[in-house]
Amino acid sequence: MTTKSARGKGESFLSGLLRHQIVIPIAALLLLAIFNLIVDPSFFRITFGYNSAGNPVLKGYPITIIDYGTELAILAIGMTLVTAASGGQDISVGAAIAIAGSVILRILCGTGESTDGLQAPIIVAVLVACVVAMIFGAFNGALVAFFKIQPMVATLILFTAGRSIAAWINHNELPVTSDAGFKAFGNFLPGIPIPAPCFFAVGCFIVTWALLKFTNLGLYVQSVGINEKTSRLNGLNPEFIKLVTYVLLGLCVAVSGFIKVARLGTINYSVIAKDIEMDAILAVALGGNALGGGKFNMPASILGAYVIQFLTTTLYKFDVQSDALSAYKAIVVIVLVVLSAPTVREKLSTLVKKLRNTNQTVPSA
Amino acid sequence: MREGSVLEMHGIYKSFPGVKALQNVDFRLCAGEIHALMGENGAGKSTLIKVLTGVYQKDAGEIRIEGKGTVQIRSPQEAQRAGISTVYQEISLCPNLSVAENIFLGRGEEKLLSWRKMNQQAGKLLDSLGIRVKPTQQLASCSIAVQQMVAIARAVDMDCRVLILDEPTSSLDESEVAKLFQLMRDLKKRGVGIIFVTHFLDQVYDVCDKITVLRDGKLVGEYAIENLPRVELVSKMLGKELDDMADIKNDIPVFNEEKAAPVYEVKNLSSTEGIEPFDFYIRRGEVNGFTGLLGSGRSESVRAIFGADKVTGGEVRMDGKSVKITKPIEAMKNGIGYLAEDRKRDGIIGDLSVRENIILALQVKTGFFKPFSKAQQIKFADEYIKLLDVKTASVNTPIKSLSGGNQQKVILGRWLLTHPKYLILDEPTRGIDVGTKVDIQKLVLKLASEGMSVTFISSETDEMLRTCSRLIVMRDRKQVGELTGDQLTQNTIMNTIAGGEKE
Repeated sequence: MTTKSARGKGESFLSGLLRHQIVIPIAALLLLAIFNLIVDPSFFRITFGYNSAGNPVLKGYPITIIDYGTELAILAIGMTLVTAASGGQDISVGAAIAIAGSVILRILCGTGESTDGLQAPIIVAVLVACVVAMIFGAFNGALVAFFKIQPMVATLILFTAGRSIAAWINHNELPVTSDAGFKAFGNFLPGIPIPAPCFFAVGCFIVTWALLKFTNLGLYVQSVGINEKTSRLNGLNPEFIKLVTYVLLGLCVAVSGFIKVARLGTINYSVIAKDIEMDAILAVALGGNALGGGKFNMPASILGAYVIQFLTTTLYKFDVQSDALSAYKAIVVIVLVVLSAPTVREKLSTLVKKLRNTNQTVPSA
Repeated sequence: MREGSVLEMHGIYKSFPGVKALQNVDFRLCAGEIHALMGENGAGKSTLIKVLTGVYQKDAGEIRIEGKGTVQIRSPQEAQRAGISTVYQEISLCPNLSVAENIFLGRGEEKLLSWRKMNQQAGKLLDSLGIRVKPTQQLASCSIAVQQMVAIARAVDMDCRVLILDEPTSSLDESEVAKLFQLMRDLKKRGVGIIFVTHFLDQVYDVCDKITVLRDGKLVGEYAIENLPRVELVSKMLGKELDDMADIKNDIPVFNEEKAAPVYEVKNLSSTEGIEPFDFYIRRGEVNGFTGLLGSGRSESVRAIFGADKVTGGEVRMDGKSVKITKPIEAMKNGIGYLAEDRKRDGIIGDLSVRENIILALQVKTGFFKPFSKAQQIKFADEYIKLLDVKTASVNTPIKSLSGGNQQKVILGRWLLTHPKYLILDEPTRGIDVGTKVDIQKLVLKLASEGMSVTFISSETDEMLRTCSRLIVMRDRKQVGELTGDQLTQNTIMNTIAGGEKE
């Protein structure tokens, strides 16, 4: 047995920190926060007031970030699992959200005429949407696991067809509901000043945490993602595990879809959750997870999602034109992704080590 | 630099987080000598080679090359420019290009090239080295041995002064090894210094002039071959006297529970890998083995037993009860463990920690909803790290950063942790140093004496003779014989494998 050498301890703190995966999204969050603090400290102001319905609400950019980051954070959970197990990404989540949202509105609004009352309990609509989204997830998963199709190619099918399916579910009409009880789930619950989606986010985090803590999901998914053959010889069923990750992503999609439609009370098939798949993949990457599969860090992915939302909100605040938004986003993303690349991190940590060493030798010389 | 040296390394230090891989190592290579670099797994051989070839950066020390003085080697390209070439165990050429293309690829000496001239030059070079292969032949269609020699030819043609052969013989048969040695001797006459890394002692004494022994990252010494008998070499590598090894050799395995009931029994077992349906049984506390040439079907047989390949038929009984085993998980549930032949592909989960690799099989067997607590996992891992003397910085070190022998021990620990009734070990000692080999053999005998049944497969017959009390001989995917008791001699085994009628 070799013990940690003195050298190993010397490099420990800062460079050891850099090796830690979660440091990247945290650093990105801090950078964005510091930037905003310098340019306009009022960014962080949170005010208390009442909305038009007379509910107490908290307002301010930080609240917006946490509120609107919900869907992305939930998707990032499923995307992380899919990425880890199958070494590829599901690009159909945006389209699948459209389907889930469409299913919910179809059940709530009935046959298309917009009514004030709901035709069915919300919970029924949500459960049906969950089942539908999980079936589509299983479809993707089956293509990937059993037919060994590249995940991006396999999910391209639903990516292409999903929004049409969503429109078809409601006979191409745009159902609208103004039911306050339903819309509360996408905005504010009566009497609670914190946006309702935040509770969904927290709920999902707790479920995910419990799933990783009280089952072997994490170990199995990582084993399969790293070495399928070995996993099989150790009694795992790699195909089934991959399928399960896609089904779980389907569940995340259903929850996100529910929040999306609850925010507005309606749906626009071609716009809802547009490009969210790219943001979800990016969240996984920003969390420092290898997009080729294998080991993953769930909190890092979730933080990655909020980093993206932070960035988007910051850009909105500075009145960046909406069509220029993506360009700005791209620049920041390039920097973050390059910084989080393992080779760059390795270089950085050796650099830190060198700096430390010179600092230590100078006084003694 | 001393007279006659082509390469001198002085005071080389290299450490990785938690491990001091090299400490104050000196190495000297003379022109026209074949110099064996010996040591157990984790002794620092590979690290030293990688420092020399620029894959790793040394922490301290000096490398001098004849005629160039002190050199800094920061990348494999720089090593090549300094005249150091390496031929690895796994061929690092392009299999889909021709032999000549592989020899001249990436050397960029001329802007335009004439294919005719290139093939001519390659032909001349191969002739002069006595390598019988057409320059235009596609590399992938050559045998591994020829591919290796082509790699050497490429190195020689690049004016290499120092040629490193890292385990070149592991995948060669005897006649191929002989050819390779001939080539090495030719190169020696041309004044090339050759560093030869291998696990095979016979081969070292066949071709080498000098031996440098490393142990635990430190230099043990440099010896002329005639001054270092084998026994001493082994004891220097292990750092202990040889009583241990003698021990096991005198222990002829005796299995005297002939009446014990079979733990595992199968009739007409067949799989998709094309072995003849076969019958097989193993008794409690018995060690038996499958022997045969590579490709004879011995691995396929045990894979079928474990359900690793698709099982197409057979009646399995465990402890007399009829059971169904078509998938690894069913085998595991019935108390069978299987250590696969190809460690990298079928054994380790590279990025996961030693701890996770150890608990994996038991965890899967226990069930999805019953994960072990972290403390429990560490307890399991520590137990087997200690039992098998695994050298790792911590339980959380990724297994891929361990040396091969230590990885093997971790995988062995994984299966021991499941407390199998019946353990199948397919080539558990391949690519492992002598000390660990003996450890594993002893462990197998100990487990058997405690009542475990073990099937042991090895390419080294003497290893099987030392451990097994019954050998099943295979040829061309068929069982052709079963040897026990007095029949367990090298000769009988060879004859049975070869298919001679005489006993």
